[in-house]
Parts: sequence; structure tokens; C-alpha cells
Amino acid sequence: MSDSYISMRNLSFYRGERAIFKDLSLDLPRGKITAIMGPSGTGKTTLLRLIGGQLAPDAGEVRVAGRNLQSLSRTEMLTLRRERMGMLFQAGALFTDLSVFDNVAFPLRTHTKLPESMIRDLVLMKLEAVGLRGARDLMPAQLSGGMARRVALARSVAMDPELIMYDEPFAGLDPVSMGMIVKLIRGLNQALGLTSLLVSHDVQESCSIADYVCVLSGGKVIGFGTPQELKDSDNAEVRQFLRGEPDGPIPFHFPASDYAQDLLAGAN
Amino acid sequence: MWLFKQLQAFGQQGVRAMEAMGRAAFLLLHSLTWGGPGSATWRDLVKQIYSVGVLSLLIIVVAGFFVGMVLGLQGFTILSNFGSVSALGTLVSLTILRELGPVVTALLFAGRAGSALTAEISLMKATEQLSAMEMMGVDPLKRVITPRLWAGIISLPILTALFSLVGIFGGAFVAVDLVGVDTGAYWGNMQAAVQFYEDVVKGLIKSVVFGVVVTWIAVYQGYDSVPTSEGIGKATTQTVVISSLAILGLDFVLTALMFGGI
Amino acid sequence: MRMRYIELAVGAFMVVGIVAVVAMAFRVSGLSSDSQGSTYVLKARFENLGGLTDRAKVSMAGVTIGRVNKIYLDPKRYEAVVEMSISKNMNTLSKDTSAAIMTAGLLGEKFIALSVGAEDEVLKDGDWISETQSAFMLEDMIGRFIFNNQGKKE
Repeated sequence: MSDSYISMRNLSFYRGERAIFKDLSLDLPRGKITAIMGPSGTGKTTLLRLIGGQLAPDAGEVRVAGRNLQSLSRTEMLTLRRERMGMLFQAGALFTDLSVFDNVAFPLRTHTKLPESMIRDLVLMKLEAVGLRGARDLMPAQLSGGMARRVALARSVAMDPELIMYDEPFAGLDPVSMGMIVKLIRGLNQALGLTSLLVSHDVQESCSIADYVCVLSGGKVIGFGTPQELKDSDNAEVRQFLRGEPDGPIPFHFPASDYAQDLLAGAN
Repeated sequence: MWLFKQLQAFGQQGVRAMEAMGRAAFLLLHSLTWGGPGSATWRDLVKQIYSVGVLSLLIIVVAGFFVGMVLGLQGFTILSNFGSVSALGTLVSLTILRELGPVVTALLFAGRAGSALTAEISLMKATEQLSAMEMMGVDPLKRVITPRLWAGIISLPILTALFSLVGIFGGAFVAVDLVGVDTGAYWGNMQAAVQFYEDVVKGLIKSVVFGVVVTWIAVYQGYDSVPTSEGIGKATTQTVVISSLAILGLDFVLTALMFGGI
Repeated sequence: MRMRYIELAVGAFMVVGIVAVVAMAFRVSGLSSDSQGSTYVLKARFENLGGLTDRAKVSMAGVTIGRVNKIYLDPKRYEAVVEMSISKNMNTLSKDTSAAIMTAGLLGEKFIALSVGAEDEVLKDGDWISETQSAFMLEDMIGRFIFNNQGKKE
């Protein structure tokens, strides 16, 4: 495995009394697409926020590009985010008061002193890469879900980051849009040499593009490897998840009393 | 045992309210200043003044006119019992300048502009726009909250001045044109009784205070809301309720300080 | 284009607001009429103010020529002291001018009415008005009325 771009050691994170992560250790390789999967509520989005520094762990450390996030000052953290990270939010999170062009230009205008002409070129290039150069004057409200997500993708690569995190990029898309996003994620990863981190429920699509898959459950890593390795895994829960089986270690029935007795009790 | 639990719940609510106030105070202090990467510009301020102030004009002016007219009519009815109809101008103008102008304008503002602000910010939070800004190294407070906060502080006194003026003329319309009070008596006595620094300016000072408080509440409720569709609705309602109570409570305090000599 | 419209609207909004405040300053509070123009101070003592307040008007023959500036109690003589600002145009008030506290209308506010006297010398800035008449107290009049009636009955 190539050197890790992100590594977490003994990470613990609590929300109130509940431990979302307990003693989690994970290495995410540089330059590859890693998919993070797991049942709903295991804190996949929380993990992204911990990596992005929006949340601080209660114990343990998170290292990005070799630097411990805890040790960074506020300014250093902001710089790290600005220059190295891009994030694609679930619904795109485009700024509704700006046009498509202005949305993609936003990070460039905010963080660089580039002249407008250069910014224009960069924005058009990014939009072309996602196939939406012609839509540049539309407002976010006029875009379909798939288009909005592509614009958001263009925006997240505007500053040429090293790491991109995708929060449920396939959720709620029609097959065509999904195909486009898949193509873009893989294409960008190769073309720009990015490290991509993909959080998703969609096993099929994720496995089709991911180099590595990491399965989380109960606040721990229960499987890490290539998609094929995990499909043949010893761990029953991992297999259930990857094969989409409705019943297994993750039970179909919510804990309840005996069925016959429950029905009979109502008859009295 | 039950009583104990109630007290405990009550105490917990109190603690949560304290925490909320602390967060709100931090929000206010942090958002009053401009500057930082990606933060709001003059243009954003102008856009917000338009959306918060100019668009509230219609409701404020119409309300002001009606309030003034009602005061004129009621005032006339009551004062005629004492043969003091010549004091009508004084009655209408002092009531509006000192109390109804600032308070009613602020209440209407909270309902119209305050709830709109809360809904907008809350929606931005729910669609993760605020998180996206953070991830891009932009302070969402400086970009989103600051221009809206200042727009409210600037707009409310202007709206109050307009409400008061229109109200006084509304009263004049009823008094002079409808019930036949002598125009000289209406305006002349008013001018003798109303003092610029005492009445007009103090009323405007009230409106500045209300502007800060109402906009602050609206903006905080949006920012702190739960990012779901229920959360947006709840936050919006809270803005209107809390603002209204705050306005009325503060009005008493301000009146006591400025006019009552307590 | 839309931005220009918005900027115009906001500018107009702020201008209208300022105009409203100015309009209220002059039309509603009568800012220009009195309190401008130079004034001089006259003082007077009264036994009973009867509700005379700050900023009450001072008039002569019904015309307002000044305002009450300050009211306080003289701690030595236990009388009310009233300071008035009189318009400088009225600088020919004789030394024996009298000041009386009167009521405007039945429930009206109290004001000071000056009546000029006969002397040649005039009052200057800071002078005291010697002839004063306190406010009529309604209670005194009623009491006097009852007392007189009782006297008559006997």
C-alpha cells in the first residue's frame, strides 16, 4: 500500500453519552479512491467532518498529509482546508444567491488574487470538465439534482486540492446522472492525482470505482480491503452488507416479544 | 418524586437557555465586525437593506396610517368628553412618537423581516451551505450574518420614522378632515408639546435598540436551528414569539429609563 | 441591471427616512420656532407652583415670549424658584413686572403670565421678578367657598 494520506489512531468521538467511534484506527491511501460504507447511523458523515477538522475528536489523533489536526492553529487549519481539501456535500450545497459561474469562481475569488480574466478561464475549464460549461449563467434553483451536484464538484476542485471527500454522491440520482458522477469521480481522481474519499450506501456503484473499501459498523472498522477481498470476507456482517442481504448479523426484525403471544394478547 | 423531576427538567431547561444565550452573545459579538476572506461586501449590505427594509415599507406605511387614524378617532371620542379636543394633536403625536411608532414597527418588522431572515438562514444551514463555506475556509458568520445584522439595525429606525410620520398625518386626516378639529389646534398644540430631542429622538433611540435585538434574535434562531424542515418552521416561530416578548419587555425598561425617571 | 435597481431603491429608502426625521423635527416638534434665537434669563419666586413644569411657556398678553428653564426649591426660604428664558426682543420689561401662574383652559397645563408695570427701569439678564402670584389651588377656593357659606349661615 502506498503511503497514507490520512491516518487515524485510537480515535474516539462521543455524541452526548453515545460513542460514535471508539478507538478507531484507519489508514487511507494516497492517490486512490477509498469508499467508506456501513449501515445508516454509523457516523460516516461524522468521520468526514473529523477529517475536515470541523469536529475535534474526544481522544486519539487524526493526521492529514502527515500533519496532526489537533496541533494546528486556526489559521493553519483554514489554510489546510483551503489548499488541500475539497468537499462535495450531499445535495451539492451550492450558494443559492450566486449563479453557477459565481459558485465555482467563489473559492478562487475569495482565496486568490488572480485577475478576473484568469479566474474566468479556470472556471470555464472546471465547468467543461463536468460538462456544464453552457450552464454557467443559470441559478442553482434552475438546476436538476444531478446538474447541481456536478457544479458542486467543479467548485470543490476549483482550487486543485489534494483530497476530495464525497458525502453520499450517488444518493437520489437517476441512472444517467449517476453514470456521469461515477465517470467524473474516477476521471478526476486519475487526471488530478487526487486522494478520494467516498461515503456511500450504494454498494454497486461504490465498488465499481473504489480501489479500496472500508466497512464501518458499531464505531469500528470491520473490514478493509479491495472490493473483491471484502466480498469474499470471513466477516458475516461485511458479507451481508456488500451483498445486500436483507437479514443476517444486521437483523431484519427490530427486537420484539414473541410473535404468537403478541397476537394472542390482543385477542383478549 | 414527580415534583422533583419537574424541577429537574425546569432546571435543565434553564441551563440550556443559558447556553443558548451564551452562543447568541458570541454570535452577536463575532458578527458585528466585517472582514476576513470571503466575507460580505457593501453590495451584500445593500441587497440586505433592500430585502429587509425596502420590502417592509408597504406593510409599515399602511399600518402606520391606520394606527394614526384610529388614534385620531379614539382620541377625539375620549377628549370630547372633557372638552379638550384641542389636545388631540398632542395626544396622537406623543403616543406615536414615544410608544406606538417604535413598538408597532418593531413588532411588524419581527413578523415580516425577522421571520424571513430566520427561514433563509435556517434553510442555508439545512442545505449545508454554511458547512460548505466552512470547508472552503470562509467564515459563514461574516459572510451571511454580518450584512443581515447591520441591515436590520439600519432599516428599523428608518421604518420607524416613516411609520411615525405617516401615523401623525393619518391622525391629522381623521381629526381635521373627518371630525372637524381645527387644523391650527391640531398642529399648533402639537408643535408646542412635542420636543425634538425629548420625543422624536428618544423614540428613534428605542427603534435602534429594537433593531439590534430583533435582528439578533432572528439571525441567531436561524443559525442555531435544527437543520430539518420541522426545524426551520420551529425556528421561524421562535423568532416571532421571542422578538415580540423582547420588544414589549424592553419597551417598558426603555420607557422607564427615558421618560419615567424610575 | 437588477443590482442597479436595488441600489436605487435602497438609496431612496434611506433618503426618505432622513426626510421623515427632518419633517418631524420641524412640522411635528416645532423645532425651528422657539428655542432658537438668543434669550436672557429672569428669575422669580413662588409660594406654590401648582403643577408648573419645565418648558412651560411664559407669555405676556397671551403671546409666548419665553420658556421656563429650570425649577428648584430655595432651601433657605422654602419657596419655589423658577428660571425663565425670555426672548431678547422683549428686553423692555419694567422692573415692577409681575408674574402669575395661570392655567390654560379647564384642564390645561400651567403657564406663567407676565404683566408689565409702570417703572422706567427695565429687567436685565439674571434679574429677579419681585411681584409674583402663585397658582390658584382648587382646594383653597373650595375651602374658602365653604368657609364663607358657613359664615353666612351664622
